[in-house]
Amino acid sequence: MLNIRDILETIHMIDEEHLDIRTVTMGISLLDCTDSNVDKACKKMYAKICRKAEHLVTEADRLAEKYGVPIINKRISVTPISLLAVAAEATPDSLLQYALTMDKAAQACGVDFIGGYGALVHKGISRKERDFLLSIPHALAETKKVCASVNIGSTKSGINMDAVAIMGEVIHETARLTAADNCIGAAKLVAFCNAVEDNPFMAGAFHGVGEGDSCINIGVSGPGTVQAALSRHPDADFSQLADIIKRTACKITRVGQLIGEEISQQLHIPFGIVDLSLAPTPARGDSVARILEEMGLESCGACGTTAALALLNDAVKKGGVMASSRVGGLSGAFIPVTEDAGMIEAAEKGVLSIEKLEAMTAVCSVGLDMIIIPGDTLPEVIAAIIADEAAIGMINNKTTAVRLIPAIGKQVGDRLEFGGLLGGGPVMQVSNLSPVSFVRRGGVIPAPIHSLRN
Amino acid sequence: MRAVISVVGKDRTGILAKVSGKCYELNANIVDVTQTILEDLFVMVMLAEIDHINCDYQRFVALFMELAETNGLKIHVMNEDIFNAMHHI
Repeated sequence: MLNIRDILETIHMIDEEHLDIRTVTMGISLLDCTDSNVDKACKKMYAKICRKAEHLVTEADRLAEKYGVPIINKRISVTPISLLAVAAEATPDSLLQYALTMDKAAQACGVDFIGGYGALVHKGISRKERDFLLSIPHALAETKKVCASVNIGSTKSGINMDAVAIMGEVIHETARLTAADNCIGAAKLVAFCNAVEDNPFMAGAFHGVGEGDSCINIGVSGPGTVQAALSRHPDADFSQLADIIKRTACKITRVGQLIGEEISQQLHIPFGIVDLSLAPTPARGDSVARILEEMGLESCGACGTTAALALLNDAVKKGGVMASSRVGGLSGAFIPVTEDAGMIEAAEKGVLSIEKLEAMTAVCSVGLDMIIIPGDTLPEVIAAIIADEAAIGMINNKTTAVRLIPAIGKQVGDRLEFGGLLGGGPVMQVSNLSPVSFVRRGGVIPAPIHSLRN
Repeated sequence: MRAVISVVGKDRTGILAKVSGKCYELNANIVDVTQTILEDLFVMVMLAEIDHINCDYQRFVALFMELAETNGLKIHVMNEDIFNAMHHI
């Protein structure tokens, strides 16, 4: 017989501490949908996505009911669309057709988002890829569910500063085109260094070219569960803290493994990975910042924040890795500012700066995420922020990303509200020193010496 | 498939009877029951075999939610595998 306390603990985690499966993401390869004719390629794409993901939402909902655990998002990730676009005679206008097809397929399948309108340009960029990147603002402005990501650097290849400079423009233009809708387009656009091919989380999910035809990737969550566990041990030392986090992460991940195995079996799609993640939401009690504060910091952003986050991130991985047969994705704690009640509060109080967040990204799973910046920030400044963040990823052999939202027409102190899981928050200060000449040099920042591992 | 039916509420007479009665009505076979009082709260966990219930799973869960509401209880119906996954390695 099951232990009554274990059962009550699980129910408490779900009811009171926001334990959930954050996302079930189906990765679908579109490599077999390439065609020199854009219309034909889009027809094949639509048919394949709808065929593969037809039952994704109903099956996820059925499992949520069966196990009594919420599955928040159902998503689709596809092969980076630039690979299809370069194989076609696509003009800048016809590129939009790929995004509209993705959106239509996502609507038909009933998923929350579809990711993969993106490109891998970490080592070089062709003319067609350049056209593709420049199509992103319109693609995001004219669709509801499409997310875009671009890999601009890697430890192995260095940082493609030409692509970085373009991304500065692309992010700014995306915000401008969606200014009437709180610049929401920029919240669906990520620039990566060392992008992973099996990430289930948006906006950066895409189905890598090294992946199979399709797979199911799971993203788990539960910052509230970790915070609650730590709050029961106010006198624990750091080793004990790490141990409590590990045990909690293990339990959270086991739920992800269970759901992933069953859904892949039901849909006859191979099980990909579980992403060992702590993904916050703006809801009370679902914050990564609050975990750091639970460890003894007055506020997220105080001295000690980076150390606390390093401990948390490492313990989450150690606890989770035992619990799953296939671990992957980004795996670690996320720090999206507008999606985390504690981070929003710290940013509003002015105790959490972009510079501190940059330091934090060196020890956690992603990067500068969901940060609202003044609308008049120069594209070159955005590019320089991407370059800084990519440098952290490149040198430390980890994934880093930048998802900034230039708040068009707004200044430091103003607010932007997206609502829902994307939250909202204050416009944060960005250094106004000019990096323009630096960004305009062009070329590639060479890969570090430790990329030569063979 | 076996479902864990957990019941939490203010301790009073007839809670076990009501929940087990509902199981009988729906043809769920109770295989184990554990019950205790935690801080003045009646806490019961019932393990039931539900392969031969006389309605679909969705309806089964909904009827227990109805029972919870009319009796001021908190009831959860969940597949037992989630607890095994989380608490047993």
